[in-house]
Amino acid sequence: MTRLRARTLLGWALIGAIAGTLALTGTGVFVARAADPIKIGLGMALTGGLSANGKPALMAIQIWKDDVNKKGGLLGRPVEVIAYDDQTNAATVPGIYTKLLEVDKVDFVVSGYGTNLIAPLMPIAMERKLTIMGILGLANNEKYKYPNYFQIQPSGPDPEANWATGFFEIAAKQNPKPQTIALVGADAEYPRHAIAGARELVKKYGFKAVYDKSYPPSTVDYTPIARAIKAVNPDIVFVASYPPDSVGMVRAAAEVGLQPKIFGGGMVGLQFTTVMTSLGPMLNGIVNYDFWAPESTMMFPGIKEFFAEYQKRAKEAGVDTLGYYLPPFAYSAVQILGLAIEGSKSLDQQKVADYIRANEFSTIVGKVRFGANGEWAKSRVLQVQYQGIKGTDIEQFRVPGKKVVLYPDEFKSGNVIYPYSAAQK
Amino acid sequence: MKIRGALVVAVAVIGLGFLLGGLRVNPYIYFAGYVVLQYVVIATAWNILGGYAGYVNFGTPAFFALGAYTSIALLEAFRAPLPVLILCGGLVAGLLGLGIGYLTLRLKGVFFSIATFALSVVLQTLIINWDYVGGAKGYTLIRPPVPLFRSWAVLLFILMIVLAVVTVLVARTIERSWIGRGLAALRDNEEAAECMGVPTLRLKLFATTISGFFLGVAGAPFPYYVTYVEPSSTFDLNYAVNALAMPMIGGTTTWLGPVIGAVLLGTAQQIATVTISSELNLLIVGVVLVLFVVLAPEGLTGLVRKLKRRRA
Amino acid sequence: MFSWDLVANAVVAGILLGGFYAAVSLGVSLTFGLLDIVNIAHPAFVILGAYAAYVMNSSFGLDPIVTGVLFTPLFYLIGAGVYRIYYGSFERRGEESLRGLVFFFGLLFIIEVALSLKYGVDYRMVEAAYIGKSIDLAGVGIAFRLLVPCLVGLAMTLALYLFLSRTFYGRAVMGVSQDQVALRLMGANPVRIKTIAFGLGIAAASLSGALLITISPVVPSTDRDYIGRVFAITVLGGLGSIGGTLVASIILGVAESLMATLFGPSWSLAVSFGILLLALAVRPAGLFGR
Repeated sequence: MTRLRARTLLGWALIGAIAGTLALTGTGVFVARAADPIKIGLGMALTGGLSANGKPALMAIQIWKDDVNKKGGLLGRPVEVIAYDDQTNAATVPGIYTKLLEVDKVDFVVSGYGTNLIAPLMPIAMERKLTIMGILGLANNEKYKYPNYFQIQPSGPDPEANWATGFFEIAAKQNPKPQTIALVGADAEYPRHAIAGARELVKKYGFKAVYDKSYPPSTVDYTPIARAIKAVNPDIVFVASYPPDSVGMVRAAAEVGLQPKIFGGGMVGLQFTTVMTSLGPMLNGIVNYDFWAPESTMMFPGIKEFFAEYQKRAKEAGVDTLGYYLPPFAYSAVQILGLAIEGSKSLDQQKVADYIRANEFSTIVGKVRFGANGEWAKSRVLQVQYQGIKGTDIEQFRVPGKKVVLYPDEFKSGNVIYPYSAAQK
Repeated sequence: MKIRGALVVAVAVIGLGFLLGGLRVNPYIYFAGYVVLQYVVIATAWNILGGYAGYVNFGTPAFFALGAYTSIALLEAFRAPLPVLILCGGLVAGLLGLGIGYLTLRLKGVFFSIATFALSVVLQTLIINWDYVGGAKGYTLIRPPVPLFRSWAVLLFILMIVLAVVTVLVARTIERSWIGRGLAALRDNEEAAECMGVPTLRLKLFATTISGFFLGVAGAPFPYYVTYVEPSSTFDLNYAVNALAMPMIGGTTTWLGPVIGAVLLGTAQQIATVTISSELNLLIVGVVLVLFVVLAPEGLTGLVRKLKRRRA
Repeated sequence: MFSWDLVANAVVAGILLGGFYAAVSLGVSLTFGLLDIVNIAHPAFVILGAYAAYVMNSSFGLDPIVTGVLFTPLFYLIGAGVYRIYYGSFERRGEESLRGLVFFFGLLFIIEVALSLKYGVDYRMVEAAYIGKSIDLAGVGIAFRLLVPCLVGLAMTLALYLFLSRTFYGRAVMGVSQDQVALRLMGANPVRIKTIAFGLGIAAASLSGALLITISPVVPSTDRDYIGRVFAITVLGGLGSIGGTLVASIILGVAESLMATLFGPSWSLAVSFGILLLALAVRPAGLFGR
């Protein structure tokens, strides 16, 4: 067989393979499904930048589905969850949700994870008058004010400012009151919102901003930034960052010896298990936002059972082992949807939305009531402080005392160690 | 096929599009179809510079995003209508193309390609910091009630068919004209072509501008399709890889190649998004690309041509 | 907020970073600078090396640099294999430019996506005794996390320089870039020499990947940040000059560091591309190019 012939044959084999694959996979698209189970559909970040949280979130939703089905389903029918990977890419969202609604014929949709992935869902929801549960997005409904949108993130009314309120309040309460503050954040959508909110709070609490800069998210080395901040010697350092930069900033601060009186604020990523176990004692003293911590004040009904099941599954699947950040909230989002469906005894979008708006729900993350724009009626963004972390063992994070809740008062589980340097000893 | 024949086919395709739009098919088809057709435009536009002239552009996202963000800027400023957006998006991207055309004077081969890659990065940084078009926070478009057609999905689908047909016609015309022959000469050996009197600079400028123009045209309606535009997904590397892979698979020397490549690969990706639904989809693109480059560098059209030659 | 202390710190950090950048760019300096092979996938191999270090570190607690050194033979073989494919498919037929470039771009993509599939997009870090500590020299802080990779980078540069100038194969590599016919006449097979050189380039990626993950957390798409950097450095330094690569790396490191400290970090990524464009426009041969 000549070389040329072999190559041509190979070429045809390639064409054949592609055509065959297309034919095989193509048939799935047009098959209609039977209508017996209640179907809930969503796109979720299973790959791409947010998948570290997206996969656990989907797992949590599936745990809810299993829990509900064990108890007999909703309205006597089993529940089915259909999820597609949105690749953390906003452009896939219209296609995915159209397929869910038109081909899979789901009864309800929930959003994907993150502000960027919820945003393209809004016009679709509004055009079709859908009721949607949003899974951790910041201020998605500010512009639209769509009444049938509900957000499980506990930011509360005025999400931008509420993000950091606790941090600033704690700082302002200290005696003597700190004077100067450095603001630093990544050049990306969430940190920008957070820093904008922080600037308002700087004015409100009468601090003086001596540093206010942003950096590109792909920065390798944070020591120049940490040094520049140290040079102006601020009392407070507020950082709004995503996981890789959060890690970079904490390490750089430790190296450079940046020791303001309070450090932290809006750092995403410190809540992730891999980050906690990797940074270990470098976390001590940092005051940061969080949504949940294994403190006695946060043990709501059902949450212990949820974590038992989640952590079992997470270990096998190789995702975030502890799951303290997004999973319980993803679970609560669908939990509320399920309770509303049962409570209003209907699958009608408007009836369910009205029910959600009018009632308070008891979920695994506590009591939830929605207010204006679908946000929580009362903000419940926690401020926690890492204390007493020794080494990098994961087990220490399972028990109370390492992530002490400082704010708000009703969930407070300990006192702040101030200044920052005192906690590092 | 003479130009009249081609025009007849073009009109027929557009007519088919209208027919499809009128039928009550599953709206999902319009969504998926829009993306595939968008790739026909992108692949064809890329190929004008990459396949015809031999200059590999890694910066496709820059042009595509420029089209999208020009639309956004015009929407913010004047609430301009869609046709204006498309034209302006194309013009601005075309201007950028002209700019990189001048770059080719100093940069050959891989340096040109890296420069285009750099362009993408720099433009993305600029957009991230430009709050007027939403910056890193993103821009949300609230679509007005759809004019003329049943739904936005149908309108955008038919729009994309028209744009795809126009782009392919332009590419075909270029290919068969003296411009196409000149580009082929400079692709094979730029110095020799220059010596033979081929106006290489003007041809290169032409190719980069037209290529940029149509890439911008592909991006201009994007805000209407996705309603939320933010930098990282608009500048996605996938556009760069697909713009490369589709002509490679189909064949870079003719207008038919990018079309075949876009339809095959685009459809496969759309199906994979809702079935396999993971990065396996992306891996397949990469593997297919490398396989084709190594084993079938002429693409599918090249393979068919070889077969025809054998039979003759 | 100008203070000499700040500038001094920025410059020192930049120099240390530069040593690391040299390690990353050595492979490209070899394959592109000397062999004219457009290995745009080099950063992907660096990331591969980083993940190898991560896996060894998290499973066996191996120091990342040890892993980097250990894996060099494996990466060498991979590099040799890739070159053979490249040679057979493109070089032999004289179609390098377009297709070779696309081949490597596809390879970059495949490696990146394969890593994402296997390890997800969680940021991966390593733990070693020297990460997190720093020493203070006359008011300038030096982080070990940066110092160690810098020193290793310098060692690699020196090793490569000695190899190229003192050993037979090294000189053959220099020869193959200048005159292949003469090389054949001297009894050395150019293809074999190029295979060795390419293999070495990729082997360098293994070690520099380990250094990368020591400095900062890594994710599969980190390779894209380095495409611009390595080519900017190779061009600025001058194609074919290892010493030039080192000098250019330090220049880039210092430029990025100063940019980040004094003007804010938003534009430091554009620095590398700016330098590249400037170099190509003003002096395409680079600082020390032949």
